[in-house]
Amino acid sequence: MARMKFLCDADRCIECNACVTACKNENDVPWGINRRRVVTINDGKPGERSVSMACMHCTDAPCAAVCPVDCFYTTADAVVLHNKDLCIGCGYCFYACPFGAPQYPKLSNFGSRGKMDKCTYCAGGPEVDLSPAEFQKYGSNRLAEGKLPLCAEMCSTKALLAGDGEIIAQIYKERVVKRGYGSGAWGWQTAYRETIAI
Amino acid sequence: MPLGAHLRFLFSGLLLALALAVAAPAGAQQVNPTANSVREQQFLEVLKGNPSAELRGRVSIPDTRAATLERPAGRDWRSFHQGTMTRIGAVAVLGMLVILVAFYLFRGRIRIAAGPSGQTITRFNAFERFMHWLTAGCFIILALSGLNVTFGKALLLPLIGPQAFTNLSVAAKWSHNFLAWPFMLGVALMFLVWIKDNIPNLGDLRWLAAGGGLIGKGHAPPARRFNGGQKVIFWAVVLGGAALSVSGVYLLYPSFSGGVLDMQFWNMVHGIVAVLMIAVMLAHIYIGSIGMEGAFDAMGSGEVDLNWAKEHHALWVAEEVEKGRAPGARLQPAE
Repeated sequence: MARMKFLCDADRCIECNACVTACKNENDVPWGINRRRVVTINDGKPGERSVSMACMHCTDAPCAAVCPVDCFYTTADAVVLHNKDLCIGCGYCFYACPFGAPQYPKLSNFGSRGKMDKCTYCAGGPEVDLSPAEFQKYGSNRLAEGKLPLCAEMCSTKALLAGDGEIIAQIYKERVVKRGYGSGAWGWQTAYRETIAI
Repeated sequence: MPLGAHLRFLFSGLLLALALAVAAPAGAQQVNPTANSVREQQFLEVLKGNPSAELRGRVSIPDTRAATLERPAGRDWRSFHQGTMTRIGAVAVLGMLVILVAFYLFRGRIRIAAGPSGQTITRFNAFERFMHWLTAGCFIILALSGLNVTFGKALLLPLIGPQAFTNLSVAAKWSHNFLAWPFMLGVALMFLVWIKDNIPNLGDLRWLAAGGGLIGKGHAPPARRFNGGQKVIFWAVVLGGAALSVSGVYLLYPSFSGGVLDMQFWNMVHGIVAVLMIAVMLAHIYIGSIGMEGAFDAMGSGEVDLNWAKEHHALWVAEEVEKGRAPGARLQPAE
């Protein structure tokens, strides 16, 4: 099986936010929740870079480790998913996540956050693949249709890559060698404990 | 500005300086003048001196919290929650249970040496008992629902299955959030009503030095209304309860506590103080029930046996008698 990862080539990202919009539309993500966002570092200064960031589907995921009800699971493709029927909305995954991926439909007081929502790598949830219940709770399941996450698939500059970690790392390496520079695979050191050696 | 904001501000400055330093020597031979940019590795290097730093940028969506690109501090909180917290909790709770069982086996139930007198004296009035049981009842539910968050996954989940465990945990979460309020009220009432009898003095030190008559031979020095051990319990409840209240309110109101780093901090405070307080309360429950003959009456009916009172609170009994609050008879003689 593949080891699915995301890779954002910050030297290509033009902060168009199409990945954000695609994600919201494809998964019918409610108001107030952004499973994916584009963050611009050193905005307007030399060395400015934009990075598209969502759940990185970490190796040894911190969210899964701290969940008090054990509602997370990792698929055969190494995608980190969770079961909203089991989630109690305690917020612990949000405390632990290095990427700020877990989101809650409500952020009111008294701990009424609602069920956590995050990027599913367009892989749905524990319900029957492509069922209405799955779509309603988790959004699209493109992986079950043999497609990759929409954010990466429609990225106009192909800055955001999704797919098997080794293949997207190879694509990135070739780019860096050809153009002579690369600001690295953002999040990889933190999510996968590895960098891409050029 | 809160500390977290200061750190983030400082860190952005550092990051900018770093980026400029890297970008400066980029001469005309470079294909792209902005080719050199900050990398994750550089960010992680900076982090080594400041583990609570976040890498923030700018986002064009309204949710400004989304502007944090990376926040590796979550990893430290994870290792605290999965490691340190679990160990401290297990040692505090199991350790105290082992100590109490061992104490019971060696010392047995502490009897009233002179035997029950049949005469009683009022130790706690109805209001005092109400505020005690209000706090105690809430504390037991809060403690169990709190322990469930840390230990339920390992201990209870395998026994009752995922869906039942989730249902229980949701109920536990709501009970925890709402019973926190009467608990805080109870702690505040106990503080106000009992503070005057709980000012530490030299006699308490002598009482504690003598092991309170619990450990070793000989009897403890005479005590007033509360002895050294009870004062320790009082201050543990007041100070521990205050720490739990402050940290708990911050956790209940995420909008007050600043950012997720503050939430992590308050969560750690809440967890450690809670397990220590559970350990203290286990000892308190033991000595107030099976550990000592006559002790439960103080919080049960409020009327304690006169001989019990004389053995444990001789100075207090003397004061009460002086005030004319003569002990009543438990067994009413036939007239």
